[in-house]
Amino acid sequence: MTKQTYAWTEEILSPLGETAVIIDCGDHLSEAVQRRVMSVCAFLEKSSLPAMIEWVPSYTSVTVFYDPFISPYPELCRILLQQLNQMKESVQDKPRTVTIPVCYGGEWGPDLNYVASEHGLTPEDVIAIHTSGDYLVHMIGFAPGFPYLGGLSELIATPRRATPRLRVEAGTVGIGGKQTGIYPVDTPGGWQCIGQTPLRLFRPEENVPSLLVAGDRVRFKQITMQDYLALKRKEGER
Amino acid sequence: MSIEVIRPGLLSTVQDEGRTGYRRYGIHPGGVMDTFAARAANMLVGNSRHAAVLEMTMTGPELRFQESQLVSLCGADLTATVDHLPVPLWRPVLVRAGSVLKFGQCRHGLRGYLAIAGGIAVPEVMGSRSTDLKTGLGGVEGRALRVGDLLSIGEPSGEAQGWMHRMEQQVKESERDHRILAPAWLLSERERPDYYGQPVIRVMESKDSSLFSQESLGQFYAEKYVISSQSDRMGYRLQGSRVELDQPLDRLSEAVTYGTVQVPPDGQPIILMADHQTIGGYPVIAQVARVDMPILAQARPGTRISFKKITHDQAGQLYMEQEINMQLIDKLIRRRMAGMGSA
Repeated sequence: MTKQTYAWTEEILSPLGETAVIIDCGDHLSEAVQRRVMSVCAFLEKSSLPAMIEWVPSYTSVTVFYDPFISPYPELCRILLQQLNQMKESVQDKPRTVTIPVCYGGEWGPDLNYVASEHGLTPEDVIAIHTSGDYLVHMIGFAPGFPYLGGLSELIATPRRATPRLRVEAGTVGIGGKQTGIYPVDTPGGWQCIGQTPLRLFRPEENVPSLLVAGDRVRFKQITMQDYLALKRKEGER
Repeated sequence: MSIEVIRPGLLSTVQDEGRTGYRRYGIHPGGVMDTFAARAANMLVGNSRHAAVLEMTMTGPELRFQESQLVSLCGADLTATVDHLPVPLWRPVLVRAGSVLKFGQCRHGLRGYLAIAGGIAVPEVMGSRSTDLKTGLGGVEGRALRVGDLLSIGEPSGEAQGWMHRMEQQVKESERDHRILAPAWLLSERERPDYYGQPVIRVMESKDSSLFSQESLGQFYAEKYVISSQSDRMGYRLQGSRVELDQPLDRLSEAVTYGTVQVPPDGQPIILMADHQTIGGYPVIAQVARVDMPILAQARPGTRISFKKITHDQAGQLYMEQEINMQLIDKLIRRRMAGMGSA
């Protein structure tokens, strides 16, 4: 059992316009803050705030979107704080680990060699480091199904490209500074592209339209071009 | 019942009030840009506020009506005509079978809304009929209208059917071949946001506001900003006085919303609009009050806007007043329509 050590006071709440309130769960990125963010989400999922419409986790906060005509801001804050103070910070259920197969390098990862040479490594080293990491999905955002992953090794952290590509293909695995992530849809993008997964991250036909959700653990697994093509075909048939 | 697209216009998309419940998966709410005009348009044809309308940008489409329909046009004045007869805005209008609704020059504003009794009946995707051009979801195959598209129309509400019936009766009694028929009343300018003045956009402070230099904040409120041509349904880029932080800041990304004013490193603010991303990393200088978002939605690239600071309480109060006003308008429309036949 984790003891409650965080003070849920008025100071942690701030409005985002007239229809949302930001709940600050800490001012820096850490496992403890992430756990708090996930606890708040799990709590909101089960709680019954009549005015609440939805909520969005981020690195250090949870934003609650609500209908101000049901509960105006001061009332909403009062109820939220009351409930948060009764909340027991829960140890998460065992988080789900999702393995993402990736075909690294070549036309699937045109920046792999650049990332390697920047750090005096071989492309194989970069792949070995990237696939040995244990990543945490902090949040999904920016684009549908795009995971913000924490846990990239400093050994391969690489700044974004000076000029973003006009089109990065869906499934591309990239490195942007200390973050790594996967582009779910074709979009312009400035991250260093090191590989591609055949899995679809954005699944509009499904109840939960995102392969990954905040709190998931992610591991990357290297696959061959043949495996990539075969898996991609299978995903296409779904 | 359906409507045939003869010409699509510059950017005509099916929109409703947007998707809710999917922000945590990175899916923005989307929906109509001018929430006031779209909601008024729906009221005028007896639709629920959730019905899908056509959002038309700058250059309107050309549409053929296969059956008689009760429609309304609100928002921008795209100079609509049926058989060379001007179609009045902010009123219910009966368009008769076989008519072609055409649009010309955009005289005022930027986005026109066409509501049709029964609503545009494209399939719902994730609880909404809104077109999301970026992911290709919703609307007509996730894209803007094209030549030859057929828009099917839902069943008009009982109320709307009554209105249509009475209007048809009037046409018959007058023994003239009206292509369109509209009552004499309309939503007056008093009842609508001020689209045509110099936009003064009311904003409130955000939790990042104090991170900006005093000088920058002073300029932000004192000077005018031009809406850049690189503006779209996702965001409005502004050009004007550079806004700077007191100290460089490595801010962690967090949820943003409709009306959030972000400042990227080049110091030129961006206002997030309907198709905004769900998470943003740039510092947020201010948040636009909801009541003024329809005015922004109608402001064209090149428009000079200025910002006025109000408190969060005031913004909430104004939003509440607008909501009450909308509900009054709804009642007024019903009363006017009910009285129409007997006048």
